[in-house]
Amino acid sequence: MVNAGDMNGSGNLMDFLDEPFPDVGTYEDFHTIDWLREKSRDTDRHRKITSKSKESIWEFIKSLLDAWSGWVVMLLIGLLAGTLAGVIDLAVDWMTDLKEGVCLSAFWYSHEQCCWTSNETTFDDRDKCPQWQKWSELLVTQSEGASAYILNYFLYIMWALCFAFLAVSLVRVFAPYACGSGIPEIKTILSGFIIRGYLGKWTLLIKTVTLVLVVSSGLSLGKEGPLVHVACCCGNFFSSLFSKYSKNEGKRREVLSAAAAAGVSVAFGAPIGGVLFSLEEVSYYFPLKTLWRSFFAALVAAFTLRSINPFGNSRLVLFYVEYHTPWYMAELFPFILLGVFGGLWGTLFIRCNIAWCRRRKTTRLGKYPVLEVIVITAITAIIAYPNPYTRRSTSELISELFNDCGALESSQLCDYINDPNMTRPVDDIPDRPAGPGVYSAMWQLALALVFKIVITIFTFGMKIPSGLFIPSMAVGAMAGRMVGIGVEQLAYHHHDWIIFRNWCRPGADCVTPGLYAMVGAAACLGGVTRMTVSLVVIMFELTGGLEYIVPLMAAAVTSKWVADAFGKEGIYEAHIHLNGYPFLDVKDEFTHRTLATDVMRPRRGEAPLSVLTQDSMTVEDVETLIKETDYNGFPVVVSKDSERLIGFAQRRELILAIKNARQRQDGVVSNSIVYFTEDPPELPPNSPHPLKLRRILNLSPFTVTDHTPMETVVDIFRKLGLRQCLVTRSGRLLGIITKKDVLRHMAQMANQDPESIMFN
Amino acid sequence: CLFPQAPTMFAQCSRNSMSPVVLLVLLGCLLCAPAQASKSSEDIRCKCICPPYRNISGHIYNKNVSQKDCNCLHVVEPMPVPGNDVEAYCLLCECRYEERSTTTIKVIIIIYLSVVGALLLYMAFLVLVDPLIRKPDAYSHPLHNEEESEDTRSLAVPTPAGARANTVLERVEGAQQRWKRQVQEQRKTVFDRHKMLS
Repeated sequence: MVNAGDMNGSGNLMDFLDEPFPDVGTYEDFHTIDWLREKSRDTDRHRKITSKSKESIWEFIKSLLDAWSGWVVMLLIGLLAGTLAGVIDLAVDWMTDLKEGVCLSAFWYSHEQCCWTSNETTFDDRDKCPQWQKWSELLVTQSEGASAYILNYFLYIMWALCFAFLAVSLVRVFAPYACGSGIPEIKTILSGFIIRGYLGKWTLLIKTVTLVLVVSSGLSLGKEGPLVHVACCCGNFFSSLFSKYSKNEGKRREVLSAAAAAGVSVAFGAPIGGVLFSLEEVSYYFPLKTLWRSFFAALVAAFTLRSINPFGNSRLVLFYVEYHTPWYMAELFPFILLGVFGGLWGTLFIRCNIAWCRRRKTTRLGKYPVLEVIVITAITAIIAYPNPYTRRSTSELISELFNDCGALESSQLCDYINDPNMTRPVDDIPDRPAGPGVYSAMWQLALALVFKIVITIFTFGMKIPSGLFIPSMAVGAMAGRMVGIGVEQLAYHHHDWIIFRNWCRPGADCVTPGLYAMVGAAACLGGVTRMTVSLVVIMFELTGGLEYIVPLMAAAVTSKWVADAFGKEGIYEAHIHLNGYPFLDVKDEFTHRTLATDVMRPRRGEAPLSVLTQDSMTVEDVETLIKETDYNGFPVVVSKDSERLIGFAQRRELILAIKNARQRQDGVVSNSIVYFTEDPPELPPNSPHPLKLRRILNLSPFTVTDHTPMETVVDIFRKLGLRQCLVTRSGRLLGIITKKDVLRHMAQMANQDPESIMFN
Repeated sequence: CLFPQAPTMFAQCSRNSMSPVVLLVLLGCLLCAPAQASKSSEDIRCKCICPPYRNISGHIYNKNVSQKDCNCLHVVEPMPVPGNDVEAYCLLCECRYEERSTTTIKVIIIIYLSVVGALLLYMAFLVLVDPLIRKPDAYSHPLHNEEESEDTRSLAVPTPAGARANTVLERVEGAQQRWKRQVQEQRKTVFDRHKMLS
């Protein structure tokens, strides 16, 4: 996020190539913003515009444009996010199929598109058509047999390695910030942290391009998390076009929250779910005005994606579910079991993934990122190819698992033994015994499940864009489908048991294994991310109705309870802790009885607080103080004896002000007195010109007394977004508490927590 | 195009690299493509899947009809069963109307491949050719201790505000050097020090 420097109207086109001058009022990289100051600056700006709007028609129009600029930004974000998502979907579709073969009539068609107009597709072999040829057919003109299989296998691995290597090289050379999911960092940015370049244009370009490459390479990752990052980059880009947002970091974050909602909306085709995800998971301060604007951005994005129509049937997601068969109360028991599985898997995944990421961070493994990506891709491709369920892309797998088996499905999962005399229409097929295809499919699904559980642990967190939603949903869908088929066969073969007798007559359609797959997917996703409302809303927007809301909620609630029993953090919070970002979580509760005096600095035995005095320090003293310490700010007191607090001065602004003064104001030398009062102090004659720095002084720093409970202090930090808070006693300055101190204190308390609660 | 004023808006940004902007303009114009694409005959179809029925094997029928004609009676030709069985057969068939835009697919894939190609070429240039060109120039900023903060440097040496490179080429050079330094910093943070995104 490069700050827009002060652009004069007379600057020519090439001015943007020059290095921007740092302003007073902008922030340094890896620092936290001052929320209160941003808010007051926005209020000032708004008041100025309102007062000027009464002067002339032109000013009035300008005030209208200013009011509408928010909506224009949302519209642009929605359009660009939808377009990029459509591009990503189409390109992934094509490149995934490129691993297996190529379309001879037009090379840019994927398998399905190639056979779209063909008349040679038959009922049994719906995928085959002469225009699409596998690589073995093209190179050695053989399509069956051992040599063809080995050649296809080899080329599959080669393509996967090629895509993955290209992706990691592009990330490394052009935009290292494009790796990972992006959601932990965006959470931190939205809470007030500055990471310059994280939402920049190169990051946007590289993330979009490499996301297509890594999803096509067959790695066990998804594109939903990175799509949120892409959408936030779009948000950052458009907000820098309007000075209302580019100069105010607080307002910019409102736009970013809305952009995150648009990102999830295009990932799942779920606008409401996207807004709720932004509200629940990603955003920190979410004013109500942002709710309506986020919804608008999400809708525009979903509509744009729909008009690009990447999947050919006006659906936004490949695995949209279209059936509405009912479910029964007795099925709640397997749904709750799936919830428990989801919670357990979530805990297992978070623990293992964090351990592996920590090992990558601290040992030699982290020195070979490119090699790591290539090895994991090779392992994934080698193991995934033989199993037809892992060979295809994960979205297609989820789509197949979610689908109900009508008479028309030709997949192995639907290989039930049909009654040849049956003449019932498509939707009303009764439960049938499983054929041999179903049994072999169950074996393959079990192997695929184990493989996916293991490989995702190593894949998430590599130095490529990687998302987590699709692999979790795949794990849940596989488990759910297996449970569903089990329950279905149990109901068929033992329809005289008590539980089945009431609701499952022979010849009726009792159990829908596709629904179990959906519930399993929701459970696993909830177990890993600890999403609650947004998860249920996304799932029911995927299914197009409220029918399945009770099973989805039962599974989501169960999985969250089970997972919370083992650890409070979801995967994103865990990654925030692993990386040490200064993120003060609103969901944590602080319930300890410590006081402000226990946390403040300086502690007993430490050096006294570095302060500036009101009018008795010289420029040289201030510069020495700045050089010797690395604090972000200094309290200003009346004098070293009285220690009464006047205000707080930021380090960056002191440096800039002194630098400006030395250059611009004549008479300011190292011996000049620095004063923060309104009038200059009494000085002996022939002393150099004093330097007035009252302009940069914050006259209303937040103070608490030393006996304020830490619970209140943490609450103040959270609600106001403070960076530091001064501790006083009877008006005299005692110490300072910074956000980092608060975070360290909370971490320390959390480690001591389990034992102390047990004996209460 | 939806945004005729887009190029002037982009020119006002203070950014240090133009190529992503150009590509975003291209993507913006992509929005025009689906709007203006006419429906060719390849782009719509009605697909009816009929399962095996008595002694007739399953079959898939495709026909280029509009959405209201997309049902079994219009699409399944020739009808494999005699007249009194048609209704029973058609109840088993499932018909779906699908449309796609071949122009969109072609344009998007070609643009994507050209973007990847351009990035590959630029990457090859940066990794292979650039160090050879720059070898005669000595590095002015060797890898110094990162603990030395920016602000002490800026206190000691005020940046000469007036010394700006005047020609366009030198400014582009300067912008590219700044961008490379930024990427190097990012690479150090993410790949070497593992401070972020681990």
